Amino acid sequence: MKSIRSRHANVLTKAPTGITGFDEITGGGLPRGRTALLLGGSGSGKTIFALQFLVNGAEDYKEPGIFVSFEETAERIVANAEGLGWNLAQLRRKKLYFMDAQPTPDLIQSGDFDLNGMCAALEAKAKEIGARRIVFDALDVVLEHLPDPAAKRREVYRLHAWLLARELTGIITSKNDGAESGAGNPTGHQTFDFMQFMVDCAVILNQSVVQGVSQRNLRVMKYRGSGFDENESPFVIGRRGLEVAGARALGRVDIRVTNERVSSGVERLDTMLGGGYYRGACVLISGFPGTAKTTLSGAFAEAACRRRERTMFVSFASDGTEVIRNLASVGIRLERYVRSGCLHMVSARTIFGSAETFLAHIKTLAKEYKTRCLVIDPVTTLSKSGNEVTAQSVVERLIDWSKADGITLVCTSLLGEVSAEATSPLQISKIADTWIHLNYLVQAGERNRGLSVIKSRGTAHSNQVRELILSDAGVTLTDAYTAGGEVLMGTLRWEKESAERATTEVNEVAGKLKRVRLDAEAAELEVRAKSLQVEIEAKEVEKTLLARATESHKGELSRGRTRLEELRGADVPVPGRK
Amino acid sequence: MSRNAPFKFRLYVAGDTPNSALAIANLTAFCRAELADRHAIEIVNVFQQPRRALADNILMTPTLVKLSPGPVRRIVGTLSQTPPIFEALGLGAAVL
Repeated sequence: MKSIRSRHANVLTKAPTGITGFDEITGGGLPRGRTALLLGGSGSGKTIFALQFLVNGAEDYKEPGIFVSFEETAERIVANAEGLGWNLAQLRRKKLYFMDAQPTPDLIQSGDFDLNGMCAALEAKAKEIGARRIVFDALDVVLEHLPDPAAKRREVYRLHAWLLARELTGIITSKNDGAESGAGNPTGHQTFDFMQFMVDCAVILNQSVVQGVSQRNLRVMKYRGSGFDENESPFVIGRRGLEVAGARALGRVDIRVTNERVSSGVERLDTMLGGGYYRGACVLISGFPGTAKTTLSGAFAEAACRRRERTMFVSFASDGTEVIRNLASVGIRLERYVRSGCLHMVSARTIFGSAETFLAHIKTLAKEYKTRCLVIDPVTTLSKSGNEVTAQSVVERLIDWSKADGITLVCTSLLGEVSAEATSPLQISKIADTWIHLNYLVQAGERNRGLSVIKSRGTAHSNQVRELILSDAGVTLTDAYTAGGEVLMGTLRWEKESAERATTEVNEVAGKLKRVRLDAEAAELEVRAKSLQVEIEAKEVEKTLLARATESHKGELSRGRTRLEELRGADVPVPGRK
Repeated sequence: MSRNAPFKFRLYVAGDTPNSALAIANLTAFCRAELADRHAIEIVNVFQQPRRALADNILMTPTLVKLSPGPVRRIVGTLSQTPPIFEALGLGAAVL
């Protein structure tokens, strides 16, 4: 046992906190068998962080823990934790111990004191439950009672030494109100300063308000013997506790890339895209208000539900029921899927908070519903709550996350009336796999919707603008006419179509007529040819008759002459007598 | 409360650490001076009886608990300053 322990002490290993994102930033968690300091103002999430470290340790890593609370009663902390869905009651029986250590308000003090009593008591408890993790929450509260900085320092060292000797992974949380700005009381400042030097890992949590929206950030200040992400990382306190929006883990190989196609819900659009969207792709549908972005994403949701894939539709613009009603008017019936539990409508108007909060919310819900297809309508709302810079990284992480989980994401992006076609806020268009742009074409007093596929990675796609037609039978696409370098849509297209139809008809009839006429002429000629033939034959006959008549006449004549000669007694030799 | 009621004390100490040793000395001196022949002191060493410290919720050492006469009061520290002790024991007015 001893040899194992000493090996632990020599090589830095890490105790995973189980807090999403934090373990990624620190490359595995907090230093095992060492002390970490968690600093932050009031309400910055220190207690939740520490508690989550213990709960996850007890539940997932078989490391029982002790929570020493100097500020709140154990009962209140447990009650608060239940709100985060952690089942502490069960854990408390064996794996989690809460020690109430808040100085009573009527505490009478005479002279110096130390924390040996606590160490002894904790020692007993740690042995009993086999604790591997320990949290001292709000240590500053008890340090306040110590008469001088030297005593404070002495007690912190005592705790630190005690933790090290027992190789417990510890977190000490402490307020740092004003410590960073330097405005706090000088003694307090000193205490925290030296604590930061003492511990092996220090993390600062802070909360700021940007344009009326709360933003939480976390920064690892130091981490002995380990690399870490030094930047501030936003985090949220969601329904399941803390979630740190860590930097993206580079070189991630577990993204499932697939050639599987999923239907966009519009048959001809699938054809345009060579079979549909890729599974797990991020699709951006951009366009002005009213260009049927929601409808197009609704069609996608319906198609997904028809394939029996769990789908979540996050609507920032209107209520879930409103979306369903509106989509039903164009033949997209989603209600039955909501009833069967396949589709979840999330009205995000009710979620208030920063872009980070939205993302955390969406992620939690998606996990809960086991979502495979996700619609966010419109994703640009994110940039409104909180500043644009955060929203940008939130969207990037949203896409990263959906890709890693193999979720097909369709998000719509609202373009302002004035912005040009090629710009899309939040720069989503750059990272999206497929970008479909919807536009209005105003012609001859009508607005018609045009659809074009601006890009689609890994797919041969049509470069033509199609007209998007919404009817109560559904969404369809039609070819747009180009005439004189202009795309024709709507009535103009219809007019053009009927005009062309009419021309074709006229041409056809004319052709028929001509053929008939030609037939008639040919027939006439044939008839004439026949009668001429007959005439020719008649002439032949006549000719023969004439020849015969002439012959007989000649014979007659010679016979007549001979007779005459005979009669006259001429001495002309008779040819017959020779 | 009777002037002669006996005082029962329990002093939690952390072995022979400086604060604890000082507290034992201070308490003994105080009792000899102020409560001669009407006090009983029990000393609990939290290093030897950590479970007791746990059960009694003793976190800071030394801690003096006045068990009787009621109410039960706790005094934390080396007991170097006497005014808080008089106050806690309800002896303030009588002695001063």
